[in-house]
Amino acid sequence: MTAEVEPPGRSVEYQIETVRGSIRDATFRLAMFFSIGVAIAALGTLLVQVFVDALPRLNLDLLTQFPASLPALAGARSAIIGSIWVIGATALFTIPLGVAAAIYMEVFADPRRWYNRMIEVNIQNLAAVPSIVYGILGLGLLARAAHLGQTVLTAALTLTLLVLPVVIIVSREAMRAIPSSIRDASLALGATEQQTVWRHTLPLAVPGIATGIILALSRAIGEAAPLLLLGGLAYVTFTPTGLDSRFTVLPIQIFNWVSRPQEEFRTLAAAAIVVLLALLLVMNSIAILIRNHYRRTW
Amino acid sequence: MSDADEPMADPSHELADQDRPAAAEAPPLAGRIPRATGRTVPDAPEEIVINVADVAIYYGSFCAVGGLTVQFGRREITALIGPSGCGKSTALRAFNRMNDLIPGARLTGSVSYRGQDLYGPRVDPITVRRRIGMVFQKPNPFPKSIYDNVAYGPRVTGMKVPNMDDVVEEALTSAALWDEVKDKLRQHAFGLSGGQQQRLCIARTIAVRPDVVLMDEPCSALDPISTAKIEYMMTELADEYTIIIVTHNMQQAARISDRTAFFTTEVDDATGRRSGLMVEFDRTAKIFSTPSDQRTEDYISGKFG
Repeated sequence: MTAEVEPPGRSVEYQIETVRGSIRDATFRLAMFFSIGVAIAALGTLLVQVFVDALPRLNLDLLTQFPASLPALAGARSAIIGSIWVIGATALFTIPLGVAAAIYMEVFADPRRWYNRMIEVNIQNLAAVPSIVYGILGLGLLARAAHLGQTVLTAALTLTLLVLPVVIIVSREAMRAIPSSIRDASLALGATEQQTVWRHTLPLAVPGIATGIILALSRAIGEAAPLLLLGGLAYVTFTPTGLDSRFTVLPIQIFNWVSRPQEEFRTLAAAAIVVLLALLLVMNSIAILIRNHYRRTW
Repeated sequence: MSDADEPMADPSHELADQDRPAAAEAPPLAGRIPRATGRTVPDAPEEIVINVADVAIYYGSFCAVGGLTVQFGRREITALIGPSGCGKSTALRAFNRMNDLIPGARLTGSVSYRGQDLYGPRVDPITVRRRIGMVFQKPNPFPKSIYDNVAYGPRVTGMKVPNMDDVVEEALTSAALWDEVKDKLRQHAFGLSGGQQQRLCIARTIAVRPDVVLMDEPCSALDPISTAKIEYMMTELADEYTIIIVTHNMQQAARISDRTAFFTTEVDDATGRRSGLMVEFDRTAKIFSTPSDQRTEDYISGKFG
């Protein structure tokens, strides 16, 4: 053992132990954690605030009573049923249209054709158009020019136009995630494009498509602006009986109650917000369930 | 299976069955080279199934591969070899019109299948692909059961089959997979090993009773034992089918093929782009012993590639 001879690993150039790296790593992680903390804290505050405000009116009357001029007697029954009607009809129009358009764009459209490229760019742009613009379109084109009036049908068609670009985009993404080897294999066996779409592309894309559709509908159910333009019916004391019924929906009802001077109506609005949140939660849970049920690995 | 128009309903079919070695149910592993044993390959194919004359394939204005002149003979195995990017896979995909799926792909020259122009205006690519099947580089079974994978082709093509179970068993037997999966036909195909999945894909392809089977580097993702099984199976299948195989592996081409086409890459002086070119097509024995082109000689002797 001589003092001059160092063990080979000890000289600086071979040293692998360092503290600088781990500090930088920890700082980075802390910054990321803080960012998510801000988002969660804001959401948490909002939820708690709404629940505290809503507490006095979170009872069955809220679900069973119609709007009334006396806040103690008023409920959101017509708005809840109206929302379900409008969203149901929107889903009915959106799903076939959106999925079919996505199939065209993803499977059949030749991306080198100028019109297909134009459609693609326009769909992306439409997804970014503010919802109020769709309200103007619905009012001018559907309610007035097409004489559909201020009905469930008009509202559903307006919301369909609003969410269709998003549905098309997510459906395309879902189909693009399927390995092209599946399509190749099917076509190489002598299957037609149509058989390939029905037997592989669509079934395999169901989780992605379903998730996208439900999230898009979740957005639609919370929309007040385009429907306010359509007529802004807030004092509706009946539930819709068909697509040609007049209606109100939860966001409009909430908007209306919030703008009243009486404190009791504000409480009522908070309670209606809780109902809307519950509806959203149910829809998103369905999306997660569908995604997990059909989840696949390649 | 009794359709008279099926190409397999050939009287020579029975003869081919008798030639089958008795040990067919236990595929031998590496080392055995059935094709090479005492087989004489005529100078030119006796019965040409696909005739390729002066074909070039373009993606847009880019020539991916050119100079293709090959005759694929019935019951022969033809190997397409060459370095990466030489266009051998592109060429293979042109023989069953899979290139149609790539926007901008087009072809000059003539490809004829049993005397009919494969790219004729009245030819339906779907029908072409029923006659000329394809096995891909990476095993790509459908996310379905083993049984449904094999039955898929007959179902979608509307083949009249008296009993689908028989079709499935026959195809899996030909692909040397039956014994391994006969008790788990309803299980998911993804549960099989890579080599088994590739044999399943081959079974799926031959279940529609094609005339020609195209194989695009079918063993490149597999281990040597799985490769040996598939090579042995291919030589078995060659008793019935015309097989065209793209391979990176020169030894594989030498082991199993009757004829070999060698491809190389060439740089266009004007554009600087690299495109593929078929250099030479001959009997495998000749390509690997006395090739007539220097570039072939350099490649097979390991000077490049």
